[in-house]
Amino acid sequence: MSNEPLGLAPDDDEPTADTAAGYDQARYVDNGQYEPLLAEKDLTRVRIGETVSSTDGTNAEGDTTHVDSPLPEELTRDALELPELSEPELARHYTRLSQMIYGIDSGPYPLGSCTMKYNPKFTEDVAALPTAAVHPDRSERSLQGTLELLYRLQEYLGRIGGMDAVTLQPPAGAAGEFVGIRVAAAYHEHNDEGHRDEVIIPESAHGTNFATAALGGYEVVSLPSDDGGRVDLEALEAALSERTAALMLTNPNTLGLFERDITEIAEMVHDAGGLLYYDGANLNALLGRARPGDMGFDVMHYNVHKTFATPHGGGGPGAGPVGVVSELAPFLPSPRVREADDADSNCGESTYELFEPNHTIGNVHGYQGNWLVLIKAFAYIARLGDVGLADASAMAVLNANYLASQLEYDIPYGPFHHEFVASAGEQDAADVAKRMLDYGVHPPTTKWPEIVPEALMTEPTELETKATLDQLAEAFNAVADETDETLEAAPTRTTARRIDQTSAARNPRLSWQSLE
Amino acid sequence: MLEAVGVDAVEDLFDIPSDIRFDDTFGIDARTERETRRLVRSILERNDDLTELLGRGHYGYYVPSLVDHLADRAEFLTSYTQYQPEISQGFLQALFEYQSLLVELTGLEIANCSMYDAATALGEAATLAERVRETSGHRVLVPDLIREGRDGTLANYVAGTDLVVETYPTDDANVDREAITELVDDDVVMLYVENPTVRGTIEEGLEWLGELTAENDALFVLGSDPIALSLLQRPADVGADVVVGDASVLGLPTSYGMGLGLFATRERFLRQVPGRLVGASEDDTGRRAYTLTLQTREQHIRRERATSNICTNQAWVALRTAIHAAVLGPTGMVELARRDVTRAENLAGRVDDLVGTKAPVHDRHHLREFVAHVDQPAAAVADDLEERGFAVHVVGDHEIQVCVAGATDGELDAFVDTLEVVVR
Repeated sequence: MSNEPLGLAPDDDEPTADTAAGYDQARYVDNGQYEPLLAEKDLTRVRIGETVSSTDGTNAEGDTTHVDSPLPEELTRDALELPELSEPELARHYTRLSQMIYGIDSGPYPLGSCTMKYNPKFTEDVAALPTAAVHPDRSERSLQGTLELLYRLQEYLGRIGGMDAVTLQPPAGAAGEFVGIRVAAAYHEHNDEGHRDEVIIPESAHGTNFATAALGGYEVVSLPSDDGGRVDLEALEAALSERTAALMLTNPNTLGLFERDITEIAEMVHDAGGLLYYDGANLNALLGRARPGDMGFDVMHYNVHKTFATPHGGGGPGAGPVGVVSELAPFLPSPRVREADDADSNCGESTYELFEPNHTIGNVHGYQGNWLVLIKAFAYIARLGDVGLADASAMAVLNANYLASQLEYDIPYGPFHHEFVASAGEQDAADVAKRMLDYGVHPPTTKWPEIVPEALMTEPTELETKATLDQLAEAFNAVADETDETLEAAPTRTTARRIDQTSAARNPRLSWQSLE
Repeated sequence: MLEAVGVDAVEDLFDIPSDIRFDDTFGIDARTERETRRLVRSILERNDDLTELLGRGHYGYYVPSLVDHLADRAEFLTSYTQYQPEISQGFLQALFEYQSLLVELTGLEIANCSMYDAATALGEAATLAERVRETSGHRVLVPDLIREGRDGTLANYVAGTDLVVETYPTDDANVDREAITELVDDDVVMLYVENPTVRGTIEEGLEWLGELTAENDALFVLGSDPIALSLLQRPADVGADVVVGDASVLGLPTSYGMGLGLFATRERFLRQVPGRLVGASEDDTGRRAYTLTLQTREQHIRRERATSNICTNQAWVALRTAIHAAVLGPTGMVELARRDVTRAENLAGRVDDLVGTKAPVHDRHHLREFVAHVDQPAAAVADDLEERGFAVHVVGDHEIQVCVAGATDGELDAFVDTLEVVVR
C-alpha cells in the first residue's frame, strides 16, 4: 500500500491566517483511491446447496466455497458473495475509516440546532453493562431494573420539562414529533373535534416539523416571523381557526431568540381550541431557567442526543421522549411504566409495571424505543443533577454570546441564547463552511434559517473553552477576509477535496455493486 | 468573557420574562461519576439473570469484541450526520458498505442507510406503497401473526393516508393461499409477508405470492433480517418490491427491543425512498468519494413534501451491523443461518421426546425458533422455567416458543433437562 504522506496539500493552499493552526486530516491513498472498499479487498462467493457435502474453509481472494444446506433447495438462495477478511484486516479497515471522520473529540463542532456537546465516556460503560442486555418479551417481574430505570427517567424528564407524563418510546426527535401530532389528533377526535386538519408551523422551523405534520395527514400552515425574528402575533391570529389542531414551536427559536410573547401565544392557541407543541431541539438553552410546561405548552419532545449528551453516532441512534400535560396522558403510546401498588413488595423497594394508557395511540416503535440511548441519558442527568444541568445551559449561552462578540460577520437578530445566526453577507455560506474545514474546525449549519441571508447558524455548546472559542472565531474571521476563489477551491486540508454533489445525484451509485 | 459580551453576570443573557421563569429545582442531586455508575449498576442489577430463549423479532446473537472496540472509536461515536462529506469519508464509506451488504442480501438495487427499526420500516414501506400505487386501491394486507408493536406502528404511519390495514389468515404458520387468493384483488396496494414468520417457520409460498401481487399491481413487501437472508430465498428472486426488517440481529446484543430498520427496494422507486442514501461521487482530485445524496427527498429540503419525516436514524447501529457481517464474512453468515436451522430442529426433536410436550407445533421448516405444545398451561410452565433461570415466550394457552439464537449448546442441554422436570 502506497500512502501519500500526510500534509501533502500544496503550499498555495495553506490557510492564510497566521494564527490558523496547522491542520491536515488523515488521508490514505491506495491505487488512486482513498481507503479501498471491503469489496475491493476481497469478495468470496459461498455457494449454498444440498449436493456438496463439506464446508471448504479456505478463503483465498475471489474463491468460491460451498456450504451444505439443511433446507430443500427451493427454500434457499443459490449463493452469497461478500468480503471474507481476517480480523486484523478489518481492524485496520475500520480504524482507517474512523481516522477519516471528524468528531466532537476531534475538535470544535458548532453546528447550530444540533447541540453537539461532549459525550461523557462513562455513559457508554453503563449502557454496556451485561444486566442491560435484556429481551423485551421477558416478564415484568424479571425486568424490574429496566422498568425502574425507565420510570426514573420518565420522572426526571417530566420535572425538567414541567410535564405531567412522559413516554420514552419515540426513537428520535422526529418520531417524538410524530407522537405529538398523533396525540393531538387522538385528543381532538376524542373531543369530537376531528375536523381540525391544520398544523401551524413557523417558516424558520426544523424541516421535520413540516414533514411530521404531513405524515400525520395535516395541512401545513406556514407562519412568517415578525421584524424581530419572532412569532408575528397578527399573522398567528390570522392563521388560527377552528381548523387548527396545533401550533409547533421551538423556544428559543432557531435564531436563538426567546419567544417573549409565549404566554400570549399559548392563550391564543388554546382559545382557538388548538394544542401547543414544543420542539425540544433548543432545550439546552433553558435548563433550570424555564420549562415548556410553565410556558403553556401541552406536549413536547426531548432530544436526548442534544440536551442530554447521548452521542450522535454519525446520524443516530437518538431518542425523542415526549412529555404531555395530564389531559393528554391517556393518549400516549403503549406501554408506559408506572409504580405498582405493591402489597407484597419486599425490602421496601418499589415494583414497576407496564400499562396501557386508556386512549393510547398505540405504537410508534416495535418495542420501547432506543433503550441503550435512554440509559445514557439517564446516567447523564443523574450525574449532573440540578446544578450541573443549569450550569450547562449557562455555559452554552455564555459561549454562544462570547463567540458572537468575536466575529466580524453581521449577526442581525438578538438577544440570542445558546445559538446565533450570522450572515456571510456577500459570501456563499456553503463555501464559507468548506473553507472553515481547512482551519481544523467544524463549520456551523449553513443557509438556514432562510430569514438570514447566507446563514451561518452557530452553536458552540457548553463544552468549549475560551481558547477554543477564540480558535473558532479566528477561523470565522480568516474566512471572512478571503476571496471567493479561495472559498470555492476549499477544502484542501481534509481527507477528500470538494465533492461533486451534482454527479452523485444525477448518476446515483449507491452500492459497490453499482460501481463499474 | 463576560466583559467581552458586555454583561455583569451570565444570568443577564437570559431573555426570559419573569412570570415564566423557573425558580424551583428539579430535585436531582449531582453525583460523582463513580456514584452514578454505582447507581445505574444497582438499578439494573434488579434485572434477573436469565438464560433467554427468546426471539420473535429481537435476538441475542453473540457480538464479537471487535464490533464494540471499533464502533466505540470516538470519531464514529461522536460525529454528526455527514453533511460535510469532506471530513466524514470514513463514516460515509462504512454506510456505503452497509448499503452494499443489504443489496447483496436482498438482490434489490437500493438500500437506505437505516430506519429506526423493523416496525417503522414497515410503516415507511406502506407510505411508499401509497405514493407509488398504480391502482385506485387502499388496502394493506398483513399476517394475522404480526407482532402487536409492528401492527400498531403501521397503523400510526398510515393514519394520515387513505390506507386501511387488514389481516389475512395463516395456515400452519405460512400464508393461507386459499384465503389470500380471495383477499388479493386490484384494491390491494401492499401485501406484507414475513420470512421467517414470527413463529420461526420458513414461508414456502414466496414465489407464488410474488406472482399473485404482481398480477394485481400490488407492492410485495417482505419482512426478514440479514441472518435469515444469508440462507433463505433471495427476495429479488421471489418478486419482492421492498424488504424491511431488523438488521441489528447482527451488531447488537439483546437491547430491550432497540433495533435497526432495514429498508431495501427496487431502483424504480429510488426517488420515493425514505431516509438517507450514501452515494459514490468524485472529489476535486478525481478520486472516488462518498456523500449523502438525493437529499431533495428529505425533510430538511423538501419539508412537508418529503418522503419521510426521519432525520436522526440508526447510523451507528448500521456501522455495528456492517462490522459484525464483515467479521463473519459470507461463510460465517451462511453457517450461522445454517446452524439456526439445524439447532432449532434438534432442540424441537429433544423437546418432542419429553413427556407432556409436542414440538414443533407447525409442520414446517424452522429458523432459530419454534412453537412447542405443552400439556400443562403454558403460563405456568413459563413461570416455572423462569424460577429455574430460563425465559421462553408464551404464545398460546398451551404453547410456548423457544429460540436458540443466542444460546450455547450447554444452555440448551440445561434447558431440556429443566423443561423435562417442569412439564412432567
